[in-house]
Amino acid sequence: MARLTRLGLSEEEVERCSLQLSNILDNFDILRQVDTSGVSPATHIIPQQGVLRDDVVVDSCSLAEVLSNAPSQEDGCFTVQAILE
Amino acid sequence: MQAGKLYELTIHEAHELLRSRQISSLELTKSVLMRIAEVDGSVRACVTVAEDAALQEAKKVDHYINAGQEISPLAGIPVLIKDVICTRGIRTTCSSKMLENFVPPYDATVVERLKAQRAVILGKTNMDEFAMGSSNEHSAFFPTHNPWDLSRVPGGSSGGSAVAVSTDEALYALGTDTGGSIRQPAGFCSVVGLKPTYGRVSRFGLVAFASSLDQIGPLTKDVTDCALVMNAIAGHDPRDSTSACHPVPDYTRHLVPDIKGLKLGIPREYLVEGTQPEVRAALEKAIDRLRELGADIDWDVSLPHTKYGLAAYNIIAPCEASANLARYDGVKYGYCAGSAGSVIEATERTRQLGFGPEVKRRIMLGTYALSAGYYDAYYLQAQKVRTLMKQEFDRAFEKYDALVTPTSPTVPFKMGDRLDDPMAMYLADVCTLPVNIAGIPAISIPAGFAEDRSPSPGSGPGQGLPIGMQIMGKPFDEGTLLRIAFAYEQATYWHKRRPPI
Repeated sequence: MARLTRLGLSEEEVERCSLQLSNILDNFDILRQVDTSGVSPATHIIPQQGVLRDDVVVDSCSLAEVLSNAPSQEDGCFTVQAILE
Repeated sequence: MQAGKLYELTIHEAHELLRSRQISSLELTKSVLMRIAEVDGSVRACVTVAEDAALQEAKKVDHYINAGQEISPLAGIPVLIKDVICTRGIRTTCSSKMLENFVPPYDATVVERLKAQRAVILGKTNMDEFAMGSSNEHSAFFPTHNPWDLSRVPGGSSGGSAVAVSTDEALYALGTDTGGSIRQPAGFCSVVGLKPTYGRVSRFGLVAFASSLDQIGPLTKDVTDCALVMNAIAGHDPRDSTSACHPVPDYTRHLVPDIKGLKLGIPREYLVEGTQPEVRAALEKAIDRLRELGADIDWDVSLPHTKYGLAAYNIIAPCEASANLARYDGVKYGYCAGSAGSVIEATERTRQLGFGPEVKRRIMLGTYALSAGYYDAYYLQAQKVRTLMKQEFDRAFEKYDALVTPTSPTVPFKMGDRLDDPMAMYLADVCTLPVNIAGIPAISIPAGFAEDRSPSPGSGPGQGLPIGMQIMGKPFDEGTLLRIAFAYEQATYWHKRRPPI
């Protein structure tokens, strides 16, 4: 689990977290008591219609603005570590 | 009006004085900046104060007024923005180490709309990291203190915004509300806080926490100001596909002190076990006042699915958060812990050092609940319960114009009291989160004070701890909420009390 989240948790953090999580998860059991047969899950709580717009190109941020917060950049691109070893 | 006390004004009072040129925006802005310098060291509501930009904007507004131009209601009025809403050129941190140095290249739509009215943006307010928390103790920088008793929490996650309005560090503020994050701190600090209907206000430029629950809304000194800010920020935005096309009324037209014949229900599940007697007593008194004003009160209302709200919320919000926060990998923006080791090791180090404990806890919880084998049991079941809760509200609103509850079951708690017990912390939102689950609007207004049972030195006689009343309404019926809140406010003086600071 800790690996899936890419949080790099320490052993101590994992231990404390799992204790707190199991407390929280115990609280979820109350949901199983609810009869939800035939109930559809809420995907859009306030119904929306006509959210599509024409596909028109509009101005957005400049390249310099897009890169302005990058921890590391090169030749107008974000720098990413090698993924293949 | 003494020049030094201009910071005490409401928006509508300041607007009249600006329009008639009795004061200038520069004087007003300087007064508020002085107030920040005076009190923020004690309450710590602000993360960033953009003094120079604010003074420049104020001068520009004065120029317009002096040229004889008509000004809009928010022109020249100083505002603080919760630090989860993007402001072009002003650092936007989410009170997280992850975004400590992030300077957005664009404005959120709500910020654009305030700027279109020539609002004076003073800076950004402290919050629980990524809006996850109910006390502002989860800020990665420093906790914010409740001005009514500095040893207590201001509520959260918009604690900085609520405190700023309560202490006159701004004439109003913007906050966000995912499970109560506008209303609960508004109640704890004795200011007005509105969570609009899901989709009423654009979220373009809001750093996402739980996308099916988040809404932006105003925190103000009174109900009239709340209507004025709603007029500015509500409405459809083509850049946010969840924003509604529903027409926006002039909310100030709902500010009539007449609620004769309105049907108000009091759902008994909101007076949960653990509701403090002072809170219950204040609510009963407030409801009596609403009855005297002509409202038709029904105490015999039940929304039985309310008791599942906390559990459903604690699945849906972390699930959405775990997906939304996956983007923080130290590549495009935000904190980066360096590139030593493999790409996975580097990402893990960045997230380990960039996120605080509550954020990690919710990412863990959400990842778990969405993982293979658990999806049906947790997320899907929570979403089905959500449908049932929404249907229950729909049925109640066939009978009632609005529902009235406490904003929180307790008065502001002591700092540190709930920090090591996440379940106790989550209970602080038990009355507010069903509103986000159902997507409906709700307002919290000052409804009284509980006498402090352990007065701290300097708190002064008669200074109690604030109690908020929540009014919940039908989707897109913010107008009725403002009308009830306005009528109540006109008949009481709670909103006139100022904290002892």
